Amino acid sequence: MSSNSHSNDHHDENFIQKYIFSVDHKVIGIQYGITSLLFLLFGFSLMAIMRWQLAYPDTVIPIVGFLFGESGTLASEQYNSLGAMHGTIMIFLGIVPLAVGAFGNYLVPLQIGAVDMAFPKLNAASYWSYFVGGVIMISSFFMPEGAARSGWTSYPPLSIFENGQTIWLISMIFLITSSLLGSMNIIVTIVQLRVPGLTWMRLPLFVWAQFVTSFLLVLAFPPLEAAAVLQLMDRVAGTSFFLPSGLVMSGEIVDVAGSGSPLLWQHLFWFLAHPEVYVLILPALGIVGEILANNTRKPIWGFKSIIYSMVFLGFCSFIVWAHHMFLTGMGQAMSAFFQTTTMIISIPSVIILTSYFLSLWGGSIRFNTPMLFALAFLPMFGIGGLTGLPLGLAASDIYLHDTYYVIGHFHYVVAPGTIFALFAGIYYWFPKITGKKMNEMLGKLHFWPSLIFMNGIFMPMFIQGLAGVSRRLADGGVSYAHASGVLHLNEFMTTSAFLLGIAQIPFIINIIMSLFSGEKAGRNPWNATTVEWAAPSPPLPHVNFDSDIVVHHSSYEYSNPDAKKDFILQTEK
Amino acid sequence: MEVPYIVKEREDTGLINSKLGIWIFLASEIMLFGGLFSAYIFLRLAAPPGDFDYWASKLSVPMATVNTMILISSSVSMVMAWASLKLNDFSKYKMYMGITLLCSAIFLVIKYFEYTGKFHHGIYPSSSTFMAIYFTLTGLHGLHILGGIAVMLYFYLPISHGLWREQPEHFSNRVEALGLYWHFVDLVWIFLFPVLYLL
Amino acid sequence: MSTEHSKESIQEHIRVYIMVFGALAVLTVITVLASFLNVSTSEAIFLALIIASVKASLVAGYFMHLISEKSIIISILLLTVFFFFVMIFLPLISYTDHANI
Repeated sequence: MSSNSHSNDHHDENFIQKYIFSVDHKVIGIQYGITSLLFLLFGFSLMAIMRWQLAYPDTVIPIVGFLFGESGTLASEQYNSLGAMHGTIMIFLGIVPLAVGAFGNYLVPLQIGAVDMAFPKLNAASYWSYFVGGVIMISSFFMPEGAARSGWTSYPPLSIFENGQTIWLISMIFLITSSLLGSMNIIVTIVQLRVPGLTWMRLPLFVWAQFVTSFLLVLAFPPLEAAAVLQLMDRVAGTSFFLPSGLVMSGEIVDVAGSGSPLLWQHLFWFLAHPEVYVLILPALGIVGEILANNTRKPIWGFKSIIYSMVFLGFCSFIVWAHHMFLTGMGQAMSAFFQTTTMIISIPSVIILTSYFLSLWGGSIRFNTPMLFALAFLPMFGIGGLTGLPLGLAASDIYLHDTYYVIGHFHYVVAPGTIFALFAGIYYWFPKITGKKMNEMLGKLHFWPSLIFMNGIFMPMFIQGLAGVSRRLADGGVSYAHASGVLHLNEFMTTSAFLLGIAQIPFIINIIMSLFSGEKAGRNPWNATTVEWAAPSPPLPHVNFDSDIVVHHSSYEYSNPDAKKDFILQTEK
Repeated sequence: MEVPYIVKEREDTGLINSKLGIWIFLASEIMLFGGLFSAYIFLRLAAPPGDFDYWASKLSVPMATVNTMILISSSVSMVMAWASLKLNDFSKYKMYMGITLLCSAIFLVIKYFEYTGKFHHGIYPSSSTFMAIYFTLTGLHGLHILGGIAVMLYFYLPISHGLWREQPEHFSNRVEALGLYWHFVDLVWIFLFPVLYLL
Repeated sequence: MSTEHSKESIQEHIRVYIMVFGALAVLTVITVLASFLNVSTSEAIFLALIIASVKASLVAGYFMHLISEKSIIISILLLTVFFFFVMIFLPLISYTDHANI
């Protein structure tokens, strides 16, 4: 092994080369991780302010009220800004970079036994493009026009005329570029850099999930980039791609060439944004699969059908997007088509979830923190998925569209779903990344309140939504007569949200404390089977492994009756 | 340790990293231009009848025909440059790469005169939806040409020639990837030309 | 394939490149001439797109060496082309479906 000569090449790196402009996939993964966790926290704070406004409309916001003008209360425009930025930041700056940028970058090369990503410099470019995009997005708060306020979906014609949208579009172009570079890299890495013996069917679920996710990003993001360019032209060059003829605003006909179509934006946007949903959920499914196998001490039930389901899920996610558009006056034939595809796409999700539940059967389960989060993921994702079915059928969607029911539905998928899986992943791989174990007690103190308060926030949303409360009301529904019966729930949800914030404190303490004084973890603290546990903790800079590795086994060989111990590392003879 | 399969193909896939990488990049480019073509067709259907034809008749077909020829020539000289590297003939490579650069520069100059001609007659992207999509599509295509020129300059100028002397195989692989990108830019134009100018 | 090129095969390639160049030039002239034909719009669109597709196939097949490319790349491109058509046609079909209400 050339690692000796190699470490000589690199030992004279200075601090900046080593930690800031590094091309090592592990450092870039950690950079992605820290940045996106900070964005998650920021996006959460925006939500906390919104929730205050919803529970106590037009009262002075505690602590941060001075940011919103002299009155200290939230104006409707500011509420709209917070809503748009919460969505954008959580999805494009928080979860996708954490799931694909951080976990994908750090773990994919390790799990396939590679020394690095296929294109290390491109990898760094991807992170810095993300960073610049993030800075631009945040800077929009300080611009004279303020931050974007047309929702994360940016529907025209509103988005063409509302303040702050230009900055949003520019930032999105950076973020899209970053995702494209990152996902190309992941695909090439998985296809080209697998160690000898690691055949496709021996790849762990997480790698498969990243593989499908990357394809979704590569093929679905460019149309949004195209749409963003068109919207930018509409705003900057005065074109009318998305503006119909004879559009009237404030009683006057808008002076543009016209004959554009707002529906065009919706098609291009949802062509990305539906696959994006699976970009959010697939890495989570992959992480949960790893942790379930490890902590039930048995192979995943239906391993192959899970993989086929993931691939099918990715494929189908491209042909369901117009179920977001049932209310645009779509004809019956197309409605029927998209309803059918939407019902079909629920099948692979159910196969995956069922396989995971069946994997628990007969396992000797270890209830450690990662496992708790992974277990909680299953019913939470289940609720999120099942509540989506009525939204996929035009008849029920017409009633539920744009109500809090929708908010409840997708937050169940993404917040107690994906974010729980990401927490699980952090607890599970922290020992590999830092060489230290995280504290179990603090972990449980993080898990149980998080689970309770997550449901405290999102469960009442279904009730409000079924009562018909619109998701866009800046006063929480006070002005909406039909809502009066369910408005008292707002206070409960807001309280839950603030308590959820407090519940994250043990997590932050845990990370910092474990980093300095955590119990030392060896190479394989969880007795796991996948390749990354054959590397030292933390893996060596630039080379990862300290010996040549060859894979001899499939990914989850737990409790093999012929083996001496209850797990066989993939690299063992 | 170096990342493997930079120069030598991986056995089971038969590929080097850069070739797979550039093709996946091109796949995303297909979707990028696909989104814009989709917008073109959508808007054409939504426009009043005859509107697109009326505005399309204001474009200069001779200029675009010349540009098509120039871009095709640059594509040929690009592939010849790569073939010269494979034949170990570096001076021929320099000549063909120079021709490619020249062609792409001429393309941009003609494009510049096309644009300023339009502006001169008071035609802007905001004039009509057709002009909007025309300027957006050709503008984005022009940016791709500019990007290509930047990379070609790098491989044309002596700063990159050290790699040729040390690892000729690696150098010609990079030129091949550049070539694939360049042919794709040509390919986009092959569709842009009839769609914008002739229909 | 790139490492296994013998001198002869490259020279054979070059002959093909020149021929393709000629074909592309001729097809460009034909496209322009065809646009002066007195045919209906739909026929003109059909004709122009057919010629453009032939030209594109020549560039992709010979200049980009797709006719002898590895199966992984071909399958990725087929997937992309499929979604490309999905993206072009599904919005169109739903647009015309809108218009028929």
